[in-house]
Amino acid sequence: MNDALYYARRYPLGVAGVIILIVFVLTAVFANVVAPFDPLTTNAKASLAAPGSRYIIGADMMGRDMLSRMIHGARISLAVALGATCIGSGFGAMLGLASGYLGGWFDLITQRIAEIMQSLPLLVMALVITASLGPSLVNTIIAIAIPLIPNVARVIRANVLSLRELNYVEAARAVGMGRMRIALVHVLPNTLAPLIVLATAQLGSTILTEASLSFLGLGVPEPYPSWGRMLSESAAEYIRSAPWLVIFPGLAISLVVFGANLFGDALRDILDPRQGD
Amino acid sequence: MAAVLEVAGLTTVFHTRTGVVRAVQDVSFSVEAGETLAIVGESGCGKTMTALSLMRLIPTPPGQITAGTVRLAGTDLLGLSEAGMRKMRGSQIAMIFQEPMTALNPLLTIGRQIAEMVSLHENISRRAANARAVEMLQQVRIPAPERRAREYPHQMSGGMRQRAMIAMALACRPKVLIADEPTTALDVTIQAQVLDLIDDLRRELGTAVVLITHDLGVVAEVADRMIVMYAGRKVEDGRTKDLFADPCHPYLQGLLASVPRFGAAEGARLRDIPGIVPPLHDLPHGCAFAPRCACAVGACRDTVPPLEPKRPGHTAACWVT
Amino acid sequence: MTMLLEVSELRKTFPARTGLFGNVIDRVHAVDGISFSIAEGRTLGLVGESGCGKSTVGRAVLRLIEPSSGSVRFEGSDITHLPPKQLRALRRRMQIVFQDPYSSLNPRQRAGDIVAEPLMVHGIADAAQRRETAESLFAKVGLQPRQMSLYPHQFSGGQRQRISIARALALGPRFIVADEPVSALDVSVQAQVINLLMDLQAQDGLSYLFISHNLAVVEHVSHDVAVMYLGRIVEHTDKATIFARPLHPYTQALMAAVPVADPAIRRDKKHVMGDVPSPINRPPGCHFHPRCPLVQDRCRTEEPALREVQPGHRVACHLA
Repeated sequence: MNDALYYARRYPLGVAGVIILIVFVLTAVFANVVAPFDPLTTNAKASLAAPGSRYIIGADMMGRDMLSRMIHGARISLAVALGATCIGSGFGAMLGLASGYLGGWFDLITQRIAEIMQSLPLLVMALVITASLGPSLVNTIIAIAIPLIPNVARVIRANVLSLRELNYVEAARAVGMGRMRIALVHVLPNTLAPLIVLATAQLGSTILTEASLSFLGLGVPEPYPSWGRMLSESAAEYIRSAPWLVIFPGLAISLVVFGANLFGDALRDILDPRQGD
Repeated sequence: MAAVLEVAGLTTVFHTRTGVVRAVQDVSFSVEAGETLAIVGESGCGKTMTALSLMRLIPTPPGQITAGTVRLAGTDLLGLSEAGMRKMRGSQIAMIFQEPMTALNPLLTIGRQIAEMVSLHENISRRAANARAVEMLQQVRIPAPERRAREYPHQMSGGMRQRAMIAMALACRPKVLIADEPTTALDVTIQAQVLDLIDDLRRELGTAVVLITHDLGVVAEVADRMIVMYAGRKVEDGRTKDLFADPCHPYLQGLLASVPRFGAAEGARLRDIPGIVPPLHDLPHGCAFAPRCACAVGACRDTVPPLEPKRPGHTAACWVT
Repeated sequence: MTMLLEVSELRKTFPARTGLFGNVIDRVHAVDGISFSIAEGRTLGLVGESGCGKSTVGRAVLRLIEPSSGSVRFEGSDITHLPPKQLRALRRRMQIVFQDPYSSLNPRQRAGDIVAEPLMVHGIADAAQRRETAESLFAKVGLQPRQMSLYPHQFSGGQRQRISIARALALGPRFIVADEPVSALDVSVQAQVINLLMDLQAQDGLSYLFISHNLAVVEHVSHDVAVMYLGRIVEHTDKATIFARPLHPYTQALMAAVPVADPAIRRDKKHVMGDVPSPINRPPGCHFHPRCPLVQDRCRTEEPALREVQPGHRVACHLA
């Protein structure tokens, strides 16, 4: 507890990031309690109602309350963003570590596969994967995570290649330490900094990829709301006549990405003993 | 002879999270034309920060020169505008660094970099500037200078690159050359060549050289006079010969005793200085060397000793000796 | 005298350039057939300039890199082709200390864990005993046991080098490769670390392969000295002889080039000219001939063998 207070004083921005993320996560968890309306109930009379006392941030073209839809949408958007980022970064880091540390044919093959994957646009690959798996939340997360893997793997691999040459890795070999333990104890923890930066940077793009997939009917199936879908459905048509349909989901996505970045930067420093004093 | 560079009371501080760090504190010295002055000290003693302060290359913020004067042939460099200082750098006062690879642009040929330097300060044609570049390369004894001028930094060896750096620094005939550990990254045989070169050019061109180094061997070989720095302050100052023969400050005494020398007895122990250099943000009271000093007395732990003449032309800051 | 380490005709080449299909086009001859031996409790100083292959020798002897050919015998048995399992056991007997006190310690490990880690890797002792051993190692290298919970960045360069030495000592080795252990340190601290290494040798009878470019340091710590130039030993004898009567022109040049910390001795400026050639493209004949002041015709074509010119004094020069 003392530690937490100490870090809170040292990294006020990180605390701000944590608070933003906690607020969003709690909202998502308790969506049923917090949301003033049912997000799926339509009301023809309230179609495109402007923000006001009843619908605080307005209603969409089917007269559904925007605030309630955003609160429920947080569930899907956060699940996709956090899930896909964690899976993508986790697998990517492991692959990059193995590829950079083991080298040889394993490295050669994984790097060629990564290059092929990177030559396809992220969305196209996600499309192909969801099309073959079928639309569902889990499949969407998987479809968005897989294209992230090669990016992460390549950055981590480059980092591992330089770490591998450092004397403390050689010293570990000199005392007879096995390759697995060297990779996990001496190499992996020292790749954390680029990994965290990369992961927080990708958080935002995963929410947007989910939006595009949903828009094409391959994401989380209708009528469940997600921020990305809310944004992409209304962006072209209503940006002039009912801008609240675009502004609020956009704001929510930006806030989450912002909070994650603040948190990521603080986490990177806290996990680095060199920043300790 | 009149001093070409006169530094008085130079103080440079850094504002950091842990507080104000006094990297250079009240440092004074002067150098005459054609003379070599060595600034000697171990890492963190403020010798490089002194050099950067002379060039006004201290990153500001967090760094700041808070006091002192630096007079170059009568002009106070610290009073100049940034534009005025830019005109002085390279033409009146130039600097070479330990690692020439980081100081040279990897995308331009050596000849081009020297020529640009010249045309920055002198109003001459491109052709004349190029000719000067080749001439300078010849002067620093790079073989086949016309061909070398068309090469890029990575095509040269470390020694060649340091020669090219020297050629660039001296292209506009500056009055003062500051050399910050110019041979530390070089092999011994190459180091000897480069030291000879700097020494010969100093004599030929009458340049004043400020040589910053941690290597007492290098000092003994090339410096006429030397100042010793410890924890941001000058602790001893005088002619090299005198300081080596009769060091007054216990720090210099300790340093000289800890250098391994040829011909020592089998199995003899080196005299070391116990302890470590104190961090600049957490200096002890009084003399910064007192905690490591064998002859420290009460006064050493209370008050910073002033620089006093101990022998003719030889000052030191010590309460005891 | 029994020999602890015997190296014969050790060679190591690296691919300098590889073709499209991984075929080797050019090779760097980092170490080109060198032989030496080190007795119990003795120090061999290995001197040379950058790129001469001295660090490669240190790593090849420990099998941190695989020698291309030649043999390494340690405590009487050939370890050149030892399989991984036995090699692991051997690691307890021979260790290494590196030059750079910053990259040689994992920034995310506490000092105490760094020193205790070798014991854990070899499954020696339980956690409490390991801690105890680490404490005594800390005391042995002149650090405070209470500093065990600090991270590497909280130590100065000299203290970090002491941690490295403690880690190397953890398994109780007989032989240590010290690869430029004091080159990155300040003079006053350099003396502390040299004294420490010499004290440890006096106490435990350790043998060192002491690699350095600094002749004065090598003279101070070594019993024997070998001078390397472009992958070969050019001169090898005991310390007294090599410093009193160097026979190879390169050894002479190296000694003349070392700045002497005494302004009363102004050396004569007869320095070897030119740069060290690239180890990929070494000059034919004697590799030193383009820089040698005494060069003769046969030096340009005929490679001088390392021969014993006097008992215990080997020189690779046609003129010696």
